[in-house]
Amino acid sequence: MTDLLPLIVAKYNYWLYVILMMIGLYAMIAKNNLIKKLVGMNIFQTAIILFYVSIGYKTDATIPIIQNAHGGQGAHSAVIHAADYINPLPHVLMLTAIVVSVATFGVAMALAVRIYQRYQTLEEDELRMRLADIGLEE
Amino acid sequence: MRFLGFIIVCLTGALLLYGTGEFPDWGDPDSPASTHLSNHYIEKAIEETQVPNLVTAVLADYRGFDTMFETAVVFCAGLACFLLLRDFSQKKERFYRHTPTGVILHVKDSKKTLKVGKEFEHMDKDWVPSDLIIKTVCRILIPFIQIYALYVVAHGDFSPGGGFQGGVIFGSSLILLAISYDLKTLVRRVNEKVIGIFAALGVLIYVGIGVICMSMGGNFLDYSKLAPLVPGDPHHIRALGMLGVEIGVGIAVTAAMAIIYINIVSEGRHDEGL
Repeated sequence: MTDLLPLIVAKYNYWLYVILMMIGLYAMIAKNNLIKKLVGMNIFQTAIILFYVSIGYKTDATIPIIQNAHGGQGAHSAVIHAADYINPLPHVLMLTAIVVSVATFGVAMALAVRIYQRYQTLEEDELRMRLADIGLEE
Repeated sequence: MRFLGFIIVCLTGALLLYGTGEFPDWGDPDSPASTHLSNHYIEKAIEETQVPNLVTAVLADYRGFDTMFETAVVFCAGLACFLLLRDFSQKKERFYRHTPTGVILHVKDSKKTLKVGKEFEHMDKDWVPSDLIIKTVCRILIPFIQIYALYVVAHGDFSPGGGFQGGVIFGSSLILLAISYDLKTLVRRVNEKVIGIFAALGVLIYVGIGVICMSMGGNFLDYSKLAPLVPGDPHHIRALGMLGVEIGVGIAVTAAMAIIYINIVSEGRHDEGL
């Protein structure tokens, strides 16, 4: 146990993302309501986003916007050190991932609206029953 | 099922936590993610692109292809919502309100229609007049939100911001209008056809800039080839090219947000909605 504690403190960002991801995964598997499943999916995506952004972090570094780039003291002549700015690549990837998550969520909501219009329910077990009823009639 | 799901989730979590033992520490500057390509981006981006905001530089220049298809994804999401939900069928029962007196007319015959204008206005059965305070506050707030959105798009090269963020802020101002008044007010102001054209226009601007670069003899989205077309300092041509691309992204995202919201809240009927 004494070995575990420093391990958690040094890597607590991963623990947070794993916990968030477990919440999202559990909601997607165990919840009965389709909207709750979608909320679980969004929590899952948020966990992945946090994971990537935390990978890009560097101690004692600032946001990835170059200081005094145009004009100002020591413009251009100053050498830019990679250690002074956090990694911009995970931010770019997650910017696009957020957009994809919004797009998928919008389409999923549209599908949920269509399902509700047709079957008057969003509960998974009731949907299964209705689908079985339709199968018997045909 | 719940118990089984819980066990699966715990197993997955334990496996991932076991894997994190090999991961770099929090804030480690020598982690694998921060050593290879990202150093090139940080050290060379200002020299190669003249854009201080590295996120924008990587997004719109180094990874321009990725962002182009990202914009296409947003456009496709708007299109999918429209195709899934839009309902053009006329409702059988209609409600009208006589504006001067406030009397509500209920028309059950689907063929009879009243002329909507100064005397009568459309309404739904479950229509609630919006609150005066909310309406006034939102009316004051919305122009400022929109100006801020334009600032975020236009200044994305130099400060945190860009097309996606500015587009979302602008789209949220449209949604605020729909919430504080009603959906009809929004649909009257931004026509459905216009907003559909804008969503396609945003993607077209992005692809068009890439094609123009190609026709000038460069690679697709090689902004440096735009220099003869744009007056001014050719030094900053890549920043200008990125700005054009970001404007396209902003337009597409704004229109897609509005399409998704309008179709979902009114179930495709474009009436009062929420």
